[in-house]
Amino acid sequence: MSSDPSSDPSGARQSAPQSAPSRDTSSPAIELRGAGKAFRTPSGALHTAVRDLDLTVGRGEFVAVVGPTGCGKSTTLTLVSGLEEPTEGEVLVAGEAVRGINPDVGFVFQQDAVFPWRTVLSNVMAGPRFRGVARAEARERARDWLARVGLTAFADRYPHQLSGGQRKRVALAATFVNDPDILLMDEPFSALDVQTRALMSDELLDLWAGTGSSVVFVTHDLEESIALADKVVVMTAGPATVKEVFTIDLPRPRKVEEVRLQPRFVEIYREIWSSLGEEVRITRERGAGHAA
Amino acid sequence: MPPELVSPAVRTRAAKTGAADRTKARARAVRHRTLLVYGSRLAVLALVLGLWEWFARTGVIDPFNFSMPSKIWDQIKQWTLHGTAQGPLGEQIWYTLYEALFGWIIGVVAGVVLGIALGRVRFLADVFGPYVKVLNALPRIVLAPIFLIWFGLGPASKVASAVVLVFFPVFFNAFQGAREVDRNLVANARILGASNRRVTFQVVIPAATSWIFTSLHVSFGFALIGAIVGEYIGATKGIGLLVSASQGTFNAAGVYAAMVILAVVALVAEGLLTFLEKRLFRWKPAQPGTNR
Ligand SMILES: Nc1ncnc2c1ncn2[C@@H]1O[C@H](COP(=O)(O)OP(=O)(O)O)[C@@H](O)[C@H]1O
Ligand SMILES: [Mg+2]
Repeated sequence: MSSDPSSDPSGARQSAPQSAPSRDTSSPAIELRGAGKAFRTPSGALHTAVRDLDLTVGRGEFVAVVGPTGCGKSTTLTLVSGLEEPTEGEVLVAGEAVRGINPDVGFVFQQDAVFPWRTVLSNVMAGPRFRGVARAEARERARDWLARVGLTAFADRYPHQLSGGQRKRVALAATFVNDPDILLMDEPFSALDVQTRALMSDELLDLWAGTGSSVVFVTHDLEESIALADKVVVMTAGPATVKEVFTIDLPRPRKVEEVRLQPRFVEIYREIWSSLGEEVRITRERGAGHAA
Repeated sequence: MPPELVSPAVRTRAAKTGAADRTKARARAVRHRTLLVYGSRLAVLALVLGLWEWFARTGVIDPFNFSMPSKIWDQIKQWTLHGTAQGPLGEQIWYTLYEALFGWIIGVVAGVVLGIALGRVRFLADVFGPYVKVLNALPRIVLAPIFLIWFGLGPASKVASAVVLVFFPVFFNAFQGAREVDRNLVANARILGASNRRVTFQVVIPAATSWIFTSLHVSFGFALIGAIVGEYIGATKGIGLLVSASQGTFNAAGVYAAMVILAVVALVAEGLLTFLEKRLFRWKPAQPGTNR
């Protein structure tokens, strides 16, 4: 954790605006340079999850990462968040090497990670409270975000009393309430039904539009990634590395259900699928090989 | 109105009332079943007590050794109305309860604190793990005579035996609970800005409470055993002393009467714990099949 105040990027932004171009504003939001991660398996062998990752996410950019299941997408996010350290290469956030958890990063997990013993309001208050914000102010900010995700009426419920979509909204509010510069999302909507997923995607775009934060959105759903992102990163079959990066030139603001029907969307889809499909096939064949 | 008499013109209404009737019939069936279960339980009790009484009176079993329900009941009545040889019955119960409760609280607090600490701090677990295992392997009830020598005939020696019996189950459950906390929840809390201390107090401990509560139920029984055994070996007051005194005067009815009293005390304590647990776990989804 960066307890050193001089390394605080927001401090740097104010103290050195006119001297040497501040690293803070000129550097991209996220930069991976040859980053790799190997886990030690219980048997003691090394298992490479990701390797040679080179990736740049600009400020305010919405980047979607697609790749076959198990290729290493989640691992990539944990490297950026600081939950795990890379075993190779470098991971930079706002020009600084990641060391521990960065307070400017928000993370929406694939599985439910709301605290089941806290009410909805208390869950959204958790972030500010953990960061030492006074209770009254935390409550006010939490109520504001609950209103934005449409859960005001559910403030006093416990998570088990909500639907899956509502729980995801709680997770979104709990993440946005901390005002993250960088938003990492790990297949956040994969557990939801199709209609709810489209609805949540639109809501996410609305919420994001107001913040100017940079987003890395991991998914295995290619349609979702094109509908949401400025840039789609295709990863190879595991151990993953970046295979290709596609720029999505669809105009914003977008509505995911409508954008899907545009001819340009279909064109882009076909183009990316020709790249991704191959990796998916490789993964599938490997799976079949294991099963055999 | 029997259904065969309804004309076709009011069939929909009939269908509705038919459904209502079925709901009612189902509710009635449930009520019947409940009554049947309770009735059968009573019948089993009556049968066992009746057979016991009958066998003892007809001399099939030796009433001197096995006593009989009516004598036990007389003994309880006598103790309640005229007090025991050691003083009023209430005082004996209070002493045992006091020792058990005191030992239970100390054992629970120590078990929870050490269990969480070792569960959270790998280093402590590595250092103390083997010692805990060795101590757990000892048959701890044999410590009761040693405590009698150390702490004398008063309550302290009983409290000590209750503590050693309570500590281990609570410790192991708290340890396991702290170990098995959902990694996602911990990761989420850290991303939201929680320090290690906050993670322990606001994530690990709440998540481990259901584990800890499981052990609280069992361990109160252990606390009573500790207190009773301590009293049985040597004491000036308590239910355990009633047992040993009755045994000393070959009063089998006294021994059984003390056991009945002990069972009632244990059941009441169990009921209190269950009540407390329900209050504390409002955030948990109801178990299927229970109303809330
Ligand atoms: N903590 C870990 N320990 C060991 N292996 C891991 C760990 N986390 C992930 N892996 C392995 O790394 C690979 C990539 O996993 P992950 O990043 O979760 O894939 P994805 O998110 O793309 O489905 C998988 O083979 C997985 O088994
Ligand atoms: Mg994943």
